[in-house]
Amino acid sequence: MHAATSALKPGEKVKMTVRDLNFYYGKFQALKNINLEIPEKKVTAFIGPSGCGKSTLLRVFNRMFELYPDQRAEGEVNVDGDNVLTSKEDVALIRAKIGMVFQKPTPFPMSIYDNIAFGVKLFENLSKSALDDRVEWALRKGALWNEVKDKLGQSGTSLSGGQQQRLCIARGIAVRPEIILFDEPCSALDPISTAKIEELIDELKSDYTVAIVTHNMQQAARVSDYTAYMYLGDMVEFGETDQIFIKPKKKETEDYITGRFG
Amino acid sequence: MIAAPQPVNADYRLPLHRRRKLINLIALALSLAAMTFGLVWLVWILWDTLWLGMKGLSAAIFLQDTPPPNSDGGGLRNAIVGTLVMVLSATAVGTPIGILAGIYLAEYGQRGWLGSLTRFINDILLSAPSIVIGLFVYTIIVAQTRTFSAYAGVVALALIVIPVVIRTTENMLALIPNALREATFALGAPKWIMIRRVTLKAARAGVVTGVLLALARIAGETAPLLFTALSNQFFTLNMGEPMANLPVTIFKFAMSPFSNWQQMAWVGVFLITVGVLVLNIAARVLFRQKH
Repeated sequence: MHAATSALKPGEKVKMTVRDLNFYYGKFQALKNINLEIPEKKVTAFIGPSGCGKSTLLRVFNRMFELYPDQRAEGEVNVDGDNVLTSKEDVALIRAKIGMVFQKPTPFPMSIYDNIAFGVKLFENLSKSALDDRVEWALRKGALWNEVKDKLGQSGTSLSGGQQQRLCIARGIAVRPEIILFDEPCSALDPISTAKIEELIDELKSDYTVAIVTHNMQQAARVSDYTAYMYLGDMVEFGETDQIFIKPKKKETEDYITGRFG
Repeated sequence: MIAAPQPVNADYRLPLHRRRKLINLIALALSLAAMTFGLVWLVWILWDTLWLGMKGLSAAIFLQDTPPPNSDGGGLRNAIVGTLVMVLSATAVGTPIGILAGIYLAEYGQRGWLGSLTRFINDILLSAPSIVIGLFVYTIIVAQTRTFSAYAGVVALALIVIPVVIRTTENMLALIPNALREATFALGAPKWIMIRRVTLKAARAGVVTGVLLALARIAGETAPLLFTALSNQFFTLNMGEPMANLPVTIFKFAMSPFSNWQQMAWVGVFLITVGVLVLNIAARVLFRQKH
């Protein structure tokens, strides 16, 4: 099914191409022959009922699944022409290029400042003032600067859930990745924090390629340019968000979106 | 089709509820009785220790060395210093080994056979009677060097520290959610940085608590020292010769017929008890701050 290729609008630049991707948890096949193109500097949303494989797919993109020995991926995930799955490049470098924000906020047990500086220092040797600037830049990007600028030395865990999540986003941005993966970033947050993060995602797409997994269909409709509907490990339909939500081609997609199923 | 159940009369629940309340009361009474039974002995021991120990407490205890048999005066300076030297050295030797092994078990060896084997052996070591460890060190060090020494004592005590620290370090690291590890990897961090900067730091309070508890545990150990450091009537800092220490001195003095020695044994017991108590409280306070 290479129909996905044509799902992008003409003139759209492709950042990531997924080809014939199969994924297994032990013997269980969680992703079945996924083909997909993710456009550059756009937001692509993945929706579908629990267990459909959307989070799994995201965890293939940055090879997070490799931490668990019984998980296995076959196929291609090409980023700028290089297959991430078989790349000779160290996995750490790939992950620095493809950042990820998780469902639950995961601040590190260190100060707010160090939470941001940690990732930066992994690959860059900045002077104190350059690092200060980077931290401020990332926190501003993460829409958190005004709330924390006077308490950068405080522990990251002392922030509220919504602030922690924005800290994690800022931390991911600080290392200047090219792609940012969001795995249900708002599912643990209240509506106000959710709105802030959605706003943030909208701003991020001017510089970054964003992929977001969400259970919230309104959220997908609000933030994304393209939407993929997945079911039981299959990529059922992929296309422009407006088209998916207003005029889905497949009956299954329509059933899910209108709430008749799922 | 299944008929909907009839609404129940509230009177039907009341007798059941009364019976449960009664059972609850009995269980509570039994638990309280058991707790009281345990506490009575503990308080009694503490009372005796404090009362008899305080009676003999004086500045001389800290300034003079153990007196010869059947004489007045003297103190416990050599034993106090010896215990401090050996307990702290054993902790200094055992802590890094224990923490590193604990890191291996929690971060690298969760699956594989080496991890399971190490964990199994460590559990045995953890519950090994300390006298066995004393005899073991006697065989491999004291019998070979043909002298009792503080070094042998340190080795014996370190062998008790290591499994305790391994276990607590592993358990504390295992409590750190995997999400934190994934988040660190997601930034492109290698594993050793993840462990050093993130998981070990998140587990720090627990790991330090484990070390303090291990310290408290060896502070009162007698059996391993009886076969290794033995004791010494005189003050020494030479690790190559027998070294005085509180537990063995207490053992020797308490069994003696001399009232001065017996009184001094109580002071020794008092000092160890207070020391262990302080360590335990410190461990608890430290652990609570983080959790």
